[in-house]
Amino acid sequence: MAFEGLAERLQSTLSKIKGKGKVTEADVKTMMREVRLALLEADVNFKVVKDFIASVKERAVGQEVLKSLTPGQQVIKVVNEELTKLMGGEQSKIAVAKKPPTVVMMVGLQGAGKTTTTGKLANHLRKSYNRKPLLVAADIYRPAAIKQLETLGSQLDMPVFSLGDQVSPVEIAKQAIEKAKEEHHDYVLVDTAGRLHIDESLMGELQQIKEAVNPDEILLVVDAMTGQDAVNVAESFNEQLDITGVVLTKLDGDTRGGAALSVKAVTNTPVKFAGMGEKLDALEPFHPDRMASRILGMGDVLTLIEKAQTTVDEEKARELEKKMRTADITFDDFLEQLAQVRNMGPLDELLGMMPGANKMKGLKNVQVDEKQIGHIEAIVRSMTKAEKENPTILNASRRKRIAKGSGTSIQEVNRLIKQFDEMKKMMKQMSGMTAKGKKKGKFKFPFM
Amino acid sequence: MSFFKKLKEKITKQTDTVTEKFKDGLSKTRDSFVGAMNDLVKNYRSVDEEFFEELEELLISADVGVVTVMELIDELKDVARTRNIKSSEELQPVISEKLAELLQKSEEDGKVNVQESGMTVILFVGVNGVGKTTTIGKLANKFKQEGKSVLLAAGDTFRAGAIEQLEAWGERVGVDVIKQQSGSDPAAVMFDAVQAAKSRGVDVLLCDTAGRLQNKVNLMNELEKVKRVIEREVPGAPHEVLLVLDATTGQNAMNQAKTFGKATDVSGIVLTKLDGTAKGGIVLAIRHELDIPVKFVGLGEKVDDLQEFDAEQFVYGLFSEVLEEAETE
Ligand SMILES: Nc1nc2c(ncn2[C@@H]2O[C@H](COP(=O)(O)OP(=O)(O)OP(=O)(O)O)[C@@H](O)[C@H]2O)c(=O)[nH]1
Ligand SMILES: Nc1nc2c(ncn2[C@@H]2O[C@H](COP(=O)(O)OP(=O)(O)OP(=O)(O)O)[C@@H](O)[C@H]2O)c(=O)[nH]1
Ligand SMILES: [Mg+2]
Ligand SMILES: [Mg+2]
Repeated sequence: MAFEGLAERLQSTLSKIKGKGKVTEADVKTMMREVRLALLEADVNFKVVKDFIASVKERAVGQEVLKSLTPGQQVIKVVNEELTKLMGGEQSKIAVAKKPPTVVMMVGLQGAGKTTTTGKLANHLRKSYNRKPLLVAADIYRPAAIKQLETLGSQLDMPVFSLGDQVSPVEIAKQAIEKAKEEHHDYVLVDTAGRLHIDESLMGELQQIKEAVNPDEILLVVDAMTGQDAVNVAESFNEQLDITGVVLTKLDGDTRGGAALSVKAVTNTPVKFAGMGEKLDALEPFHPDRMASRILGMGDVLTLIEKAQTTVDEEKARELEKKMRTADITFDDFLEQLAQVRNMGPLDELLGMMPGANKMKGLKNVQVDEKQIGHIEAIVRSMTKAEKENPTILNASRRKRIAKGSGTSIQEVNRLIKQFDEMKKMMKQMSGMTAKGKKKGKFKFPFM
Repeated sequence: MSFFKKLKEKITKQTDTVTEKFKDGLSKTRDSFVGAMNDLVKNYRSVDEEFFEELEELLISADVGVVTVMELIDELKDVARTRNIKSSEELQPVISEKLAELLQKSEEDGKVNVQESGMTVILFVGVNGVGKTTTIGKLANKFKQEGKSVLLAAGDTFRAGAIEQLEAWGERVGVDVIKQQSGSDPAAVMFDAVQAAKSRGVDVLLCDTAGRLQNKVNLMNELEKVKRVIEREVPGAPHEVLLVLDATTGQNAMNQAKTFGKATDVSGIVLTKLDGTAKGGIVLAIRHELDIPVKFVGLGEKVDDLQEFDAEQFVYGLFSEVLEEAETE
């Protein structure tokens, strides 16, 4: 199989690059050739691949190689991190209108999975948020499209609004909103007909629906098996409709799903959900990190790298210990340690094992919610080098930019910076204690 | 006679409407593809590494697949070396020749195996949403216009509204549909349909099946069972197993061809949605690696948006400007 050959080649290239120390330019060049192939074979658009390779190259050269990794693995680690970053943070939330009903419009190419996803989303909204959605059959073209949605509606025991196939979709959508208001539905999910992004009149129809009902959310439904054309489709739908998110369907298949990356890269809107089957409960939150390693197709290597990362690098730890004493830890150090912390268990648990730690002021705020680690990583990665090294320059406008870049909120950014400051303060207080504890061998502070 | 002369002659002999329709549907594809080809020639007058890199990109962007592309490029490099080709203009015809050769191995490739006497059974298989049901509607119409009697089997008992969709097509085209309730065993539906087809003495039975992803082992087993029923009830059937592929699909189409091929012995491909901007280049790789020919292309959602696949037309569509240039030489 073509891909297996590729994975093997990647592996053998990995093992060929020997030696320790820093990643050389030659290492990166050899690896990038293979990475490029892997990404293209995964259907990532060739232009997106080009940009990606360029940015990774820059970051990878000169990297210090973790003790337990080879330079080749170190490069793959960087590639995986950059891919994850490109895929964005976790985002399975759907918009909520200030004044109900929240209007959601499903759009996309023929056969992508719009109608099925409409049913799944309704199910999800009811199950997870106790909402009361109204499904709207606005596909008047495809044979039995209305019947399809009605069948899904009756499977879910939810109402479907339809005016048959002789009324324009714009009118259907308008009347559906009225109906939803009357009957106190808090969500209106509009299923539209599949169409080509180059079909001017049908794209115009979508714009008219958008104007008429002012949707809070326009979800582009994309088949995960889509090839190079995904960028054209996504770009075009986004230009004409300003989509707010993406649903990636048919991820239960064996596709690498490179389209996810292409779509993200050209629309810069989050992938909100993953379709994982034909049944109505087969809608899942989208995991950007999992998608990254799926696209890369390097599960084994990545596991290896992960393992290597969990073994704390002694040298690094000593260096950090020194930094901690003087409390000139940077955000980069912070991020690096975060990965280790995650593998060691919950932070508060570790802190709890420290004698006297529970008496320490501000410690509560240092607790890191496992779920938020992803956000924290995204925030730190959105900082410039200067900002990471010198957090004092983080003024309001910088914080705003970081929030935007990481797909988080200003509040989250502020909170992290505050926590970081507190941690630094705490470290000053504790450096003595740490040394003492270490001597006794009673506990190991997580940042060492 | 030169390759291009032959090609041109064959094309002009074809009924113009078919060619026009085909070219129409492919115009988007052709414009971007040929435009890129011409840019390529303009930008690089000598055949060097850079030229090949650009060509590689062009083919990759058409979803041909990176492995096939690299092999093709290697072959082209060899040709350039042995024939001492230095300019890209000279190499251009070689490129299109190569692609046509790949798609067109014999005249028989594009033909559908229709029985002279007795019933022809065609089974449609493929992943979700590629266009199986729509293609059946279009093909039923085509056979009917040829004066054949047609019956449809509603073998998708799973997806919401699938039976009604096929029935709508049956009504539109004016052919009957054999069905059972939603949720019933598709093999049982197929059994019924074959019996009905036999007793009515129809010429063509077109069998719809539910879309399924090729990595779902249970569903693939179910499909094998459906096929076995047809085999058992009609000796020599199914006469064609057509794998429907969506032209927008990338490299996964290769997996689809492999797995469906193994399970149901696929005899041909229907490449749908070529009216979009996707180029469907993966069929080149599939032909290259698995030797499955393309039989039809879908060029829209309407009943007559289906054309028999002709590799030469396909290449002509992609390279028409290039071919015309060669012609005026
Ligand atoms: N395996 C799998 N199948 C899916 C998924 N989502 C949708 N499908 C299937 O894909 C096919 C097409 O889905 P539809 O919901 O009809 O797609 P659509 O976008 O509404 O199609 P049009 O209205 O014709 O444009 C159906 O067979 C669905 O069951 C998914 O996440 N996984
Ligand atoms: N533009 C375009 N759309 C097509 C073409 N063929 C089919 N479609 C559309 O693609 C969508 C899916 O087609 P179906 O025939 O339902 O596909 P299917 O393979 O039977 O789908 P499932 O039974 O759900 O697996 C419909 O909206 C069709 O109108 C084509 O050649 N061009
Ligand atoms: Mg639909
Ligand atoms: Mg179908």
